[in-house]
This record gives sequence, C-alpha cells and structure tokens, in this order.
Amino acid sequence: MSTYPEEFRYTKDHEWVRLEGDIATVGITDHAQQELGEIVYIDPPKVGARVEQGRMFCSVESVKAANDVFSPVSGEVVEANEPLAKEPEKLNQDPHGAAWLAKIKVSAPEEIGRLMTAAEYFSYIGAET
Amino acid sequence: MVDFGGWDMPVQYSGIIDEHHAVRRAVGLFDVSHMGEIEIRGREAFPLVDFVTTNAVARLKPGQIQYAGLLYGHGGFVDDILVHKVAEDHYFLCVNAANQEKDYQHILAANRWAAEVEFASERYAQLAIQGPMALATLQKLTSTGLAGIRNYNFVDGEVAGTPARIARTGYTGEDGFEIYFTPEEAPRIWEEAIGAGREFGIKPCGLGARNTLRLEAKMALYGHEIDAETPPLEADLGWIVKLDKGEFLGRERLAAQQREGVRRKLMGFEMRGRGIARDGYEVWIDGAPAGWVTSGGPSPTLNQNIGLCYLPAGLADVGRPIQVSIRGQLVEAVTVPTPFYKRAK
Repeated sequence: MSTYPEEFRYTKDHEWVRLEGDIATVGITDHAQQELGEIVYIDPPKVGARVEQGRMFCSVESVKAANDVFSPVSGEVVEANEPLAKEPEKLNQDPHGAAWLAKIKVSAPEEIGRLMTAAEYFSYIGAET
Repeated sequence: MVDFGGWDMPVQYSGIIDEHHAVRRAVGLFDVSHMGEIEIRGREAFPLVDFVTTNAVARLKPGQIQYAGLLYGHGGFVDDILVHKVAEDHYFLCVNAANQEKDYQHILAANRWAAEVEFASERYAQLAIQGPMALATLQKLTSTGLAGIRNYNFVDGEVAGTPARIARTGYTGEDGFEIYFTPEEAPRIWEEAIGAGREFGIKPCGLGARNTLRLEAKMALYGHEIDAETPPLEADLGWIVKLDKGEFLGRERLAAQQREGVRRKLMGFEMRGRGIARDGYEVWIDGAPAGWVTSGGPSPTLNQNIGLCYLPAGLADVGRPIQVSIRGQLVEAVTVPTPFYKRAK
C-alpha cells in the first residue's frame, strides 16, 4: 500500500498540496501516477502565472494521453520543478517527494480547508476503483 | 481496466513501453476477443462479399486473407475489415468491435442475393501472438506447421488441442498470428501461450501497446484515420480499392474522386519541438490552420514523438515544416515518410 502523507491535502482530481507559510507545494498523487502509467512528458507551469483552484495549470502526459493537472489552490506560481521536465519518469517513482510540480504563493489559504485529508482521500480512491 | 465498447479491457499490464518493446524484440500476447466476426455462406456468398468490400475478392483462394474497406455508397468507411476465404461458399470477416452491429446490419441490407449472413462474434475468442518469436511460441502449442502459413494466409488447425483458425496477420507491424477459437477455451489457451512464450520473454499486452505498435506501422484505426466521412483514397488506402473489379458499394464516388483528385491526404510527421501531438490537435502551415492530427504519441521504437495528420492534398508532401497546436502553443514538426517503422524481412 502506498502512503499518503498526513500533512498533505488532496483533491478529487488526484492532486496533492502541502502548505508551508504562504507557499504551497503541489503535485499529483501516487494513485494518479499509477492510473496514468509511464509518464513521458511534463509541460511545467510558467513561473509568474496566476492559477485558480480547480483550473488547469499544467499538463502531464503518459504514453497514452495528455492529462490536465488542476491547481489545488489559487495564487501565483513562484517556482516550477524544471529539472523534472527532463526526467518525467521521476513522477512515477516519487510523486509525493522529488517529483513535485510547482510551488504556489497562495492568495486564499482558506481554500485548503475544502480539500480532503489523507484518510478521506484514501477512502475516496478506494471507492472510485 | 477500461470500458471498450462494453468489454472490460486492460490498457496495460507491465507498462505500455515495456509491452511495446517485447513485441518488437521478442513476443507479446494480446487478448483481442472484443473483435467481431461475421460469417457469410452459401452459393451466393461471393457476390455479396464482393459487393460490400473494396478489394478484389475474386483473387482470393481458400486460405487467403484480404484487408478491405466496407464502405457506404458515399464512399466513407462503415469499417475496415479482414476477409478470410474459407471455401468457395464461405467467407469469414474479422471486424472492429465497436462497429460489429453496424457492419452486420449494413451487410444484411446489401444482401440482394441468397447468401446467409451470420453474426458470429459470440462463437469466437481471438488471441494475437505478435513479434519475432511469435512463430516459435505458437509452434509449441500446435501440430499445424506454422512456417508454411504465408503472410495474410490462414489454416484451420488446432491450438493446444482445440480447433482453431490460425491466421498470419496482425496489427503491430511485426510477424505474428491471430487465432480464433471457441471462447470457453480462451483462459486455458491464454495461459498455455504465456507458458510457451516464457523462454522467449513473452509479455501480456494491452490496448495501449496495441495502439503505439499500430501507429508506428501506420495501420489505420477506425474513428481516427478513417471514419464514415473519410474515403480510402484520402487515408492512403487506395491499394485496397479495386475500381476495375466491377460494381461495389462506394465505387462511383471513389471513381469520381480518382478522376478529380482528393481534397486531403493522410501524412506522417515527427515532432521537432518539445511536445506530444494527440488526436484532434490542429495542424498549422504558414500561419494558418491546415489540418488535424488523427493519432499521435510517443514512438517507443524510434524514441520520437510521432503522429498522423490530414493535410490539404496540395500541401501533403514529405519534408514540409508544419506546426501542431498543443494547448494553444504552436510546436514545430515536419512531415516524414511512412510507415515510421518497418520490420527487417
């Protein structure tokens, strides 16, 4: 069983977010990378871009398809994981760690409260499959 | 698992890239039991089959197979199919899963002869064994001499003790076989094939690898390269149309197209810039939209991002710089010769 860190919050679209101060690190979940299969391409978000909770902010592609990634929070992209674009397979190996996608300066921290806890997400993916 | 026309089917087992390489380098096993079968029998089977398909059925001898179009009168595809001639009065058609009902109704409606048309999909499971070690794998399970079956030929023999139609066909661009037999035996024959191929490194393969393999070999997929609005000449499938064979559904329209020329043509391309082209993306030439991508993705064999697209006939030449619109950005690509991959004989 894969582990879903307690300190993360999760979306129904299988993104995770970890808030430290007003900076949110975001990525896709282990469940998402398993469902996608081999990740072959990452289109990272643009630094400086404004993102909104629930809106597409970058794209992750498996062999089979391009998949939109939706931002778990609203704010401004302050850093993108550029090295990841050269090693997209890392997203299959360490989705909750080294293969984060972006850091976002959040504009509405209260949005995080609407997301799922690790336990809620775990039962959510259990029900979905 | 994904729902594919009512069938639960795996997109992948060990991973699309892994499965893809297994087929190119050794052998892969696909459960393609979702494919449909239609059998046409009787003294007047020939005129019906010849009327509903584009290829020259008269040239088939028993034991031979033809790839053909099943067309509407207006020249678009109802489906693309394999016609197996079992006997002078018996033809066996392998058709696409999603189209099988429509195909059956289409053939019935065209049957102004006394041919018997049977919807036979429930009577057949189908496994595809593909790759350079496909023959060695399957030969362990059958007394039928496989080396004697030429490409696009078949033999009615047995596999693992079960009567089976063994055809040297496939949808991967590799050597291989497609076998048809009773569904009750499918789980057992699947297991036996996996066991027989183990020494060669056989991998079970899903729909994902089937798609990347057929794309490299530039084999058409219904709903992508061909559909009800696409005539064969545009899809680079003129070779399956035999206008001189006599009357058949779609013939007049196709003859007119051959005289007047086609509007658009299917072309292969390779991405030059960073990005993967996907089905439905727009293709631009000289600053204006010119066509669209029908299939696209990474090619595991070439380690390139490749695709097929429709372009206006006047712009459809090899070596032309094009751009693919990927999420609002135009990314450089260039048209290339196809197929992208051709196995060494």
